[in-house]
Amino acid sequence: MSDRVRSRQYAGLLIHLTPLFAVLLAFFVGALMLVGLGVNPGTAFKSLLQGAFGNLNAIADTIVKMTPLLFVGLGICISFRGGVLNIGGEGQLVVGALAATAIALAGKGFPGWLLATVALVTGALAGAVWGGIAGFLKAYLNVNEILSTIMLNYIAVYGMNYLLRGPMMDPLQVKLGFFIPQTARLPRAVDLPRLVPTRLHLGALIAILVAIFVYVFLWRTTIGFRIRTVGMSRRAALASGINVRRYTVLGLLLAGLFAGLGGAVEVLGVHHRMFTDGTAFGFTGGAGFNGIVAALFGRLHPLGTIPSSFLFGALLTGANKMQRVVQVPSALIVALNGLIVLFVVGSEVIRRRRLRRLEKLTIVEEEI
Amino acid sequence: MIGATLVGIATSAIRLATPYLYAAIGEAIGQLSGVLNLGVDGIMLMGAFTGFYVTLLTGHPALGLLAAMATGASMGLLMAFISVTLQAEQGISGIGLYLFGLGLSTLLFGMTVGTVKTVSGFPQAPIPGLSRIPILGEILFSHNPLVYGAFALVPLAWFVLNKTPLGLKLRAAGQNPLAADSLGVDVIRVRYVAVVLGGVLSGIAGASLSIALLNVFQQNMTNGMGFIAVALVYFGGWRPLGVLAGAMLFSTVNAIQVWLQVQGVKIPSDFALMMPYVITILVLASMAKRRIHAPAALNKPFERGGE
Repeated sequence: MSDRVRSRQYAGLLIHLTPLFAVLLAFFVGALMLVGLGVNPGTAFKSLLQGAFGNLNAIADTIVKMTPLLFVGLGICISFRGGVLNIGGEGQLVVGALAATAIALAGKGFPGWLLATVALVTGALAGAVWGGIAGFLKAYLNVNEILSTIMLNYIAVYGMNYLLRGPMMDPLQVKLGFFIPQTARLPRAVDLPRLVPTRLHLGALIAILVAIFVYVFLWRTTIGFRIRTVGMSRRAALASGINVRRYTVLGLLLAGLFAGLGGAVEVLGVHHRMFTDGTAFGFTGGAGFNGIVAALFGRLHPLGTIPSSFLFGALLTGANKMQRVVQVPSALIVALNGLIVLFVVGSEVIRRRRLRRLEKLTIVEEEI
Repeated sequence: MIGATLVGIATSAIRLATPYLYAAIGEAIGQLSGVLNLGVDGIMLMGAFTGFYVTLLTGHPALGLLAAMATGASMGLLMAFISVTLQAEQGISGIGLYLFGLGLSTLLFGMTVGTVKTVSGFPQAPIPGLSRIPILGEILFSHNPLVYGAFALVPLAWFVLNKTPLGLKLRAAGQNPLAADSLGVDVIRVRYVAVVLGGVLSGIAGASLSIALLNVFQQNMTNGMGFIAVALVYFGGWRPLGVLAGAMLFSTVNAIQVWLQVQGVKIPSDFALMMPYVITILVLASMAKRRIHAPAALNKPFERGGE
């Protein structure tokens, strides 16, 4: 009897480790791909680990990379739990960053803390508008939110390119005739303070506080409860009198809000200006997509998304080192992240089925 | 003068419709069977890369095309396994497939070719006789083989979907899989066939860019075309002819935009480039009141003996 209980406990533990197996499987496939390309996977992964954790600077960089993933991921937790899939992180980051940049540049001379706060809030609001558009289209015109958020990503990118090559271009660039598509450096007063003498900035701490806030919001407030109810069953939500449309809009709006805040934090904390290489990726580093991966791996739990973002931040930081050392393009990580998504959502069903079987077994035994 | 301009725009609209047609018809087949594959863009990128690379190595675009089809088939198979067998959430797994294709095609290109190279892809193949018809000959019958293939696919897909047992089974699997199952249709197998077929067509769509229309490969060269193709399926009401109309709408907008830029018309190019995505949203929003419904079982995994 006790043996059986124990073995069931182990089985339960295994079930919760399924996402981890999914990641290991993705890395195994990644190793095979490296072998196929004539690269020793051991050397590649070793340089990846060193790049991510090798010294204090590396760890700080990992946390810096984790920050936008966490912001996007928190928005994903809210929207996915509300039953809407926000793939618009890239665009929301860009829009938030642009808005924060514009405010910070316009408000030169105001006290730094005030200007920085206003810039962060504006960035968040801009992101909320960008997400909210998709929410409105979904709720009132039945537009598939996956498609609309992806289209909004491209629209944001071309808007950014226009602004940075035109009205927002650094006047110095224009004067010198270089025309590099970037804004002027923001006033130093708005730089987010560094936490330790590395690149680590206050933004990481803000992200973690926001994660705790999102947790409380989703599980301890009525609005959070309603968002989750809509996500679990639209019909049940309707039947219990919840305004499903409103909460659909809210889910995407909040997802955009946090991603927009993430974009603003990137500008104030890391780059101190806005720039473009013509794609969203140039500015975001793909955080809009990687944040989804991080949130899924964190089982769509705001607190679980913290370590998960850290892990994926480490992958991204390490990938840069790997690219330098063994000349493997960091696109490998994009491919691996894709596989991780596939394997995590694929294994979810297996996990659920096993869980169900486990419950059935328990019930049968209790009846006996 | 105006005549020549219009002919030019119409000709390039026909050309540019090619990738949309392959990808959107492939996606429509998958969706009609009940599977929403959002990884089209990733499959297109992999198809574009393998088609390009094999053509670069062998000098034969036909071999490149075969490679792209095989790549599309295997990625379709992966998607089918995840979404049909493992019954994963289709929206998210499609995004996973997209990231996988985006990353892998960039990685492979970086490690094998690395720099911008052009290949000699499919040559223009004017159809003897027909291409000599004034105006129409130039617009319709002076293209390369993959362009003809895309337009031939429309009636072919219509016929297969509406007039053959396979098409019937396919639509049954997407409308009412339980009923189809009770009538002896192997829903799982039908969905596999549809998704793999969709993958093959997406692979061709990608190759049509890299070895027929542009003859180069660049990282992320589709720039979201695969997602627009998914939107075209909604726009086309899951019918090949509707998809054709949508593809022509987009390619015409693209052709006009390219023409305006060549003419040096004073619209910032970024706004011109933004147009396809804005139109996609407007098109999707305008469909709200239409009485065409998605396949009833779209996005719903099927399990024998399930609820």
